[in-house]
This record gives sequence, C-alpha cells and structure tokens, in this order.
Amino acid sequence: MIFFLEQLLNGLQYGAMLFMLASGLTLIFGIMGVINLTHGSFYMVGAYSAAVVTAATGSMALGALAALAGAALYGTGIEITVIRRLYGRDHLYQVLATFGLILFSNEAMAMLVGRQPLFMAIPPLLAGSVRLLPGLDYPVIRLAFIAVGALVALGLWLLVNHTRLGMLIRAGADDRQMVDALGVDIGRLYTIVFALGAVLCGIAGVMAAPLLAVEIGMGERILIAGFVVIVVGGVGSVRGALAGALLIGLVDGLGRAYLPQIIQSLLPPSIADTLAAGLVSASIYVIMALVLLVRPLGLFPVRS
Amino acid sequence: MKKFGRLTALAGILAGSAAAFAAPAAAEDLHIGFITTLTTPAGYLGEDARDAFKLALGPDGKLGRTKVILDIEDDGLKPANAKQQADRLVQNGVKLYTGVIFSNVLAAVLPGVLDAGGIYVSNNAGPSTFAGEKCNPNYFVVSYQNDAFHEAAGLAANRVGYKKVVLMAPNYQAGRDALEGFKRAFKGEVLAEIYTKLDQTDFSVEIARVRSAAPDAVYQFHPGGTGINFAKQYANAGLARTVPMLVPSFSMDARMVTATGGAAEGVYASATWTPERDDADSKAFVAAFKAAYGRTPTIYAQQAWDTAQLIASALDAVDGDISKTDAFRAALRAAKFKSLRGPFSFGPNQHPVQDYYLTHFEKNAAGEIVQKYVEKVAEQRGDTYADKCTMK
Repeated sequence: MIFFLEQLLNGLQYGAMLFMLASGLTLIFGIMGVINLTHGSFYMVGAYSAAVVTAATGSMALGALAALAGAALYGTGIEITVIRRLYGRDHLYQVLATFGLILFSNEAMAMLVGRQPLFMAIPPLLAGSVRLLPGLDYPVIRLAFIAVGALVALGLWLLVNHTRLGMLIRAGADDRQMVDALGVDIGRLYTIVFALGAVLCGIAGVMAAPLLAVEIGMGERILIAGFVVIVVGGVGSVRGALAGALLIGLVDGLGRAYLPQIIQSLLPPSIADTLAAGLVSASIYVIMALVLLVRPLGLFPVRS
Repeated sequence: MKKFGRLTALAGILAGSAAAFAAPAAAEDLHIGFITTLTTPAGYLGEDARDAFKLALGPDGKLGRTKVILDIEDDGLKPANAKQQADRLVQNGVKLYTGVIFSNVLAAVLPGVLDAGGIYVSNNAGPSTFAGEKCNPNYFVVSYQNDAFHEAAGLAANRVGYKKVVLMAPNYQAGRDALEGFKRAFKGEVLAEIYTKLDQTDFSVEIARVRSAAPDAVYQFHPGGTGINFAKQYANAGLARTVPMLVPSFSMDARMVTATGGAAEGVYASATWTPERDDADSKAFVAAFKAAYGRTPTIYAQQAWDTAQLIASALDAVDGDISKTDAFRAALRAAKFKSLRGPFSFGPNQHPVQDYYLTHFEKNAAGEIVQKYVEKVAEQRGDTYADKCTMK
C-alpha cells in the first residue's frame, strides 16, 4: 500500500512536469496551428538560466526568475524572427524550421556555457524528505513540484476562461480571420501566446534543474512525451493537456512499478524480462493508441 | 631523332613531376585519423580524449621522435557519419587511426579501416564483437574490453561483502551486456534486474522499487546525462545513506561528480585508473592536464594519453615508418610504454591485461569529492573473449 501511494505520488509529479510542457505546446499547436519542435529548447534555456544564475547568486528565487525571463525572451525572439513567417505555411515548413532551431539552440548553448553538464543544488528549504505516513518519506522538492503544477493548472484555467486575454485566445483558436476583422491585433496575440508557452517551459526547466541533468539536448528527451500528452488530451485544450499529463504520468509511473512484477509472475523469467522492459518503454504509446481508438480527437477535443 | 627528342622531353617532364611529388612526400608528416565524439551531450568525452592526445603531442607535435598531424573528425555520435569520415581518410591514404569513444561508432569505422590495411588503436571502446572470433592483428585496444569493467564491479561487490544486490541498466545492448558481465563475476544473490528506458529522465519509480527490495547495494550502469539524473535523484530520495551505489567508473566520471554536487559521495566504483593514483607519472599527467585545460582529466583523457604513449613507443621502434607494418605491429603488441594505470600488457586478442580496482568517492582534505583507491580486485586480468581469438 505504501509502495502504491509512493508510486502514485511519483506519477503525479511526472504528470505535473509534463503538464508544464504540454500546456504551452497545446496552446501553440491548437491555437496558432504551429508545430513547434523548439518547445524543448525553451525548457533547456529555462533550466540553464536557472542553473547559471543560481550558481552565480546562490539564490534559487533569482534563478527561477531568470529561468522564466530567459525562456520568455528566447521564445519571443524565436516567434518574432522565425515562427511569425510560418503561420500561413504548411506544417512541413514549420517542422523543418523548428527542427533547425533545435540544432541552433543546442549549439548556441554549447558555445555559451560549454558541453559539460551543469549542476544546480537543491535549496535548503526544499532539500530532504517529509514523513507523509509511517514508512513513507517523500522528497520535499517533488511535493513542491506537484503543488506548483496544481497552481499553474489553476492559473491557466482562470486565464483562459475568465480573462479578456483568455477570451481572445479562445476566439483566435476558433476563427482567426473573424477576430482579426473585429480589430484585434492577432499577430500580437500570437506573440503573447507563444511567450506564455515559453514561460511555462521555463517553469518546467526550473523544476527539472535540481533533479535532472542540465545538459545540451535535454529538451528533446521530454518533447516526445509532451506531444503524446497533447494528442491524448486533445489538441488545443488546456483541460485536455492536464488530463493527458496526469494520465500519461500515472500510466508511465505505475507501469514501470508494476508491469515487470505482473509479467514475471505470469511468464518464465527469460521471456518476462525482455517483454516487461519493452512494454514499460512502450506503455505511454499503447495508452495513446487506446485513447485514440475510443476518442480519435483526444479526451477533451476543442471542437468535435 | 625528332621522336627521340620528344621522348626525352616527356621523360624529363615525368622525372621532374615525380621529383616534385616525391620531395614533399619524403618530408610529409605522419597522419593519424582521430575520429571522436565532440558534439551531442556526450561531446565532453571526445573533448577530453582529444585534449589529452594533443597534450601528449606536446608543443612540437611529436609522438616520440615522429612529427604527427592529427586529422580530427567529429562523428556527432552517428555511426554513419563516422563511416563516411573514415572512408575519406582511408582514401587520403591515412593508415593509423584512433579516437572513437562509442562502441556502436567503432563498429561502423573498424571494418573499412582494417580492410584497407589500416591499423586501429582504440582509446576507449572495446566491444565484445571484435574481442573474440573477429579479433584482428591490426586492431589494438588500449582501454578495456567492455565486459571486463562490469566483471570487475562484480568482483568488487564480492570483496565489499554484498550478498544481495539490485541491478539496473538501460534497456539496450550495452546495458544488458553490463548486467551480464556483473552477474558473471558476482557470487551473491541478484534480487531484481531493473531495465530503464534509454532516454529516461525520472527515476523515482525505480528508486522506490530499490527501496522496497532493500538490497545491500545497487549496481547501476547509466552513462552520461542519464547517470547524472539517476545519481541526483538517488541522493535526493535519501537512499544513498542506506543502500550504497556501485558503478563502473565511467558512470561517475569527473564531470559527473561536478554535475551531481554531493551525490557522488559514498559511491563505489570499479576502475582501472583515477586521478588519485599515487604514481609520479600519473600525478604529472593530472597536473599537466589541469594546467593546460583547467579541469580534472577523466578516464577518457587518461586512456587517450596512454594510447598516445603506446603509439609513440611503436613509432620510435620503426623510426616513424609505419609502412613497415609487421615491425610496427610487433612494436605495438610489445606495449613498451609506461601506462598511467600501472602494469599493462596485451592479451592474445590484443586487448588489455591489467589490474582492476575498487574505488570510493569521498571528500579529500580540501573538501573536494575525489575517487580514492580502496583495493585491487583483480590482478593482471584479461577478458573472457580472449580464448576465442585465433588471430588468423
């Protein structure tokens, strides 16, 4: 039972992390119609900014601010210089351009800070574990991530459903020309959405930096899972991104925890080991396929 | 008469041009193809190898008495890239190669180089595929045979007295080989073998499984970034205090120690060499490397240095003329160089016979985490594939 609870928390924490990335990705993909492979690079920029500034100042708060600012600046810069020219184009152009930007971002980062992975210490406030239940000590920093994830989800929900900006975002997603005709500067709106997505990546980067390797190419590792999440959740839907992130996080976590044992109890070890390892790697894709079988537009489609 | 004149003129031109070609050829320096990984997250491995090799060349660019030109290529960790680069170098007439870090890259480079009669001296990768039946008289490995490191870790676990261990590695060829190698030498009980995803970033689930299995130790092989992720999270979960971690040296190199903060402290590792080795040459190398590049050399740097010393010794034996292939090979095989690791010789498959150590990451007097020698776990050990090598 304790083991199950711990794995549940692990799944939630991974889900929170995925949500940060996927919510920005889904807004950009769903509303602006841009396939943005550079999304992982914003996350990398966030993590590097956090690590560099925290190391220089010794304050994680400043590091976090730097991460948000760095990711937002980089995202806005990319939007203005490259992405803006691609709105009218085919998805293939967008994939090519943003893939090129991944290579550019990685090499630029290597030139700026070098290839050696950076270290970021866990701040004393978040270090160590707390006893949630007898026998269940859980790292404070992971609990903090779950809390941040929940706060961001709440904030996004308020933003999209209860503000003027959110209304424009929803309207822009539905009918770009009409919003434009009504006198809204849609170009500026898109820049704002893009920057918002980058900031969310920056948050994910701050959360990742103390626990994961801050290294060149760290964004690509998690980008695929981010795309799986938005496809499962329904492209363009923040609610869908949340549901998808939690589902994928939990399936991945519990699958890694229990699949090997279940398979080992059913099959001889020689087959079970390879099968379990393969299934664990594929579990999130299996879930994606199952969801798409039942709901081809994802769990929470924007329009049906 | 007229015809004769034309012929002599032609002969004169030919002779002249031959002389023109021959003259620089005689003075031409020896080229060494150095194909390595300088980009991608693993780029720092190739960087260390290249820099140590350059350090060995010295300011006048000589290995022993021979002036050498390094043709450095970045393979970008892509076997297809490396193959192309190797083919181009082969066409340019380069005969001597080294540099490759990764086994899958080496597998792409090696056949073309050997087929063209080239000689390859490996500074890192030592895959099992070329250590047994497919061993080759033109192929030398100065570093280690891949399995041997993991066997040494199994021996180290026996020595420390671990009875129950959990094994963990990414689910790909090298990961599975690693665990097989460990099990070959380990005498205790393996409670669980956990395979992770190759690109996994979060290990909370696996760490919880280790906690619930409550072993004496965990043996894990995660290279580069994944290893940093694992070590950080393992320490953060507080498990490092109760279940010690055992790794092969390259799962906790000098860069990773920095990138994981204090997480490396208390980790055991199997090793052939660490910067802490108490030996005049080794200390001089570490000091020179630090002075030149401002960072502690990793095992990749040490291995490249040793490779350079071996090549230097063999070049001196043939006065820099590697077209005397038999003599050059014999000189390489003799391994008349002083390895930073200590006693070193080649086994029948031209892979190392060397000592393996148990090492421990702990703080030194200055408060830095260093990899201290604990004890020798294997004396002059070869590898399990040497018997299968017939060297046709």
